[in-house]
Amino acid sequence: MAIKLIENYAKNLVLTVQDYSLFAARAFSNLYRPPIYWPEFLIQADIIGFGSLSIVVLSGLSTGGVLALQSAATLSAFGATAVTGQFVSLTMIRELGPVLTGVMVSGRNASSMASELGSMVVTEQIDAMRALGVDPLRKLVTPRIAASITMLFFLTIVADACGIAGGGLVTVFMNHQNGTQYLDMAWEHLRYADIIQGLVKPLFFGYILGSIGCFYGMRTSGGTQGVGRSTIQAVVWASVLIIFVDFLLTQVLLRLFPPL
Amino acid sequence: MNPRDTFAQPGHDNPPPSDGSPVVAFRNVSIAFDGPPVLDDISFSVAPGETRILLGPAGVGKSVLLKLVNGLLRPDEGSIELFGQEIAGMPEEQLFALRTRTGMVFQEGALFDSLTVRDNVAFQLIQERVPDDAIDLRVRDALRFVELGETFDLYPASLSGGMRRRVAIARALIHQPELLLYDSPTGGLDPLTSTTIIELIVKERDVYQTPSLLVTHRIQDALILCNHRFDVEQGRMVPLPKGQTDPGTTFLMLEEGRLIFDGSLHELVKSQNPFVREFLE
Repeated sequence: MAIKLIENYAKNLVLTVQDYSLFAARAFSNLYRPPIYWPEFLIQADIIGFGSLSIVVLSGLSTGGVLALQSAATLSAFGATAVTGQFVSLTMIRELGPVLTGVMVSGRNASSMASELGSMVVTEQIDAMRALGVDPLRKLVTPRIAASITMLFFLTIVADACGIAGGGLVTVFMNHQNGTQYLDMAWEHLRYADIIQGLVKPLFFGYILGSIGCFYGMRTSGGTQGVGRSTIQAVVWASVLIIFVDFLLTQVLLRLFPPL
Repeated sequence: MNPRDTFAQPGHDNPPPSDGSPVVAFRNVSIAFDGPPVLDDISFSVAPGETRILLGPAGVGKSVLLKLVNGLLRPDEGSIELFGQEIAGMPEEQLFALRTRTGMVFQEGALFDSLTVRDNVAFQLIQERVPDDAIDLRVRDALRFVELGETFDLYPASLSGGMRRRVAIARALIHQPELLLYDSPTGGLDPLTSTTIIELIVKERDVYQTPSLLVTHRIQDALILCNHRFDVEQGRMVPLPKGQTDPGTTFLMLEEGRLIFDGSLHELVKSQNPFVREFLE
């Protein structure tokens, strides 16, 4: 009985991975084949980008502040509080900025995509679209994925800037250190390789959150209860995949851009 | 109300077969979803100008059959021809083009919540980049056909169930379909609203003669469709003389995934099949 359950679970997992791979590949290939629905892309870019701005600014400021607080406490033991700026900027730009933004935005938007598309599936709106001769993958999914990739890139830059600013505020007003020194250290030790690392990651994370949100939305079944289930699965899997892919990407990027 | 409005002028590049060959032909079609077959060895056809009413209680596979007609679902076995083309194995990209020649009215209307009535009805025209002025004209005509001209700027959420079905009918008609598919268009509606919807279907049938396949579990709707015609001069549905039925309206009946009846109303009421008798009674 238990073995049968494990076998079924494993089969379902493999089938889901296969379905997701086909779905994601088709959605991605649609980016390069007409028709491209630009109005839908702009609407989604507004919802994902501008709509997520406040949470990205707030989480960026708080994370930078916490980093400055924690690092100053540890670094003071070695008399190295002067490098707080370097620590905060490198951590934000290379790692926390992209990952934090990816997870925050997936919490907001992967869930929204899954529930919106899921509701359309259970009310037959997706079937109606197909019956009217329009490919829902092109009309609904591809613009969402493209907007996720584009806007996560810019939101990560905002999060990085806010994180460094948050760290600076804590350094000046709570740790009572020199603000100029903080900014000098944050800037001087930054290399192009760090920035490239930090800006490559959101491209992958945007693709993950967009495709996972749409994938779970489009395979919704079981009425309104199914919509809730899809929403949870989308958020959980998007967040887990972002963190897992970050681990893989970091290894690749560290090989391509080895630390000095 | 003028039934011959501009939205319904014929104008397709690919007219339906005019040689009398069926618009839809099912041959030994079966489909299952993780269990016993939902439809088993189904064969029937829809001729040009014919209205076929698919009867059966809830859960016998009527909606599944309807979705097979325009390729929204794929059969496990058998062959399905739509406008003379085999669609059972046709790639989805090719099916999109073929589906634009059909109109489908879904059970609950399936209107797009985020779009106004105008944009819902004009959905196909907007995709084809028809100029806005022409779209407005055709949408107003289509809404006038279903007697809902005043809903042009409203959102589906502010419409009643019956109004949503009528908007769905307008959306299905605006592209001058060569085949209409109705999935329980009166399901869940009160008798008065149901009659309004059936009157629209009779009007469509008698004015444009579009072949159609209508799924319903309500025998009273099927009988109204069979016993009435649309009088263009009076602008309303009128009963046919006693004993007469519409010759182009015929019946199919499903029982647990199998087609147990295919024929006219006269043959249906004379049928000795116990399931048919029980359903009619």
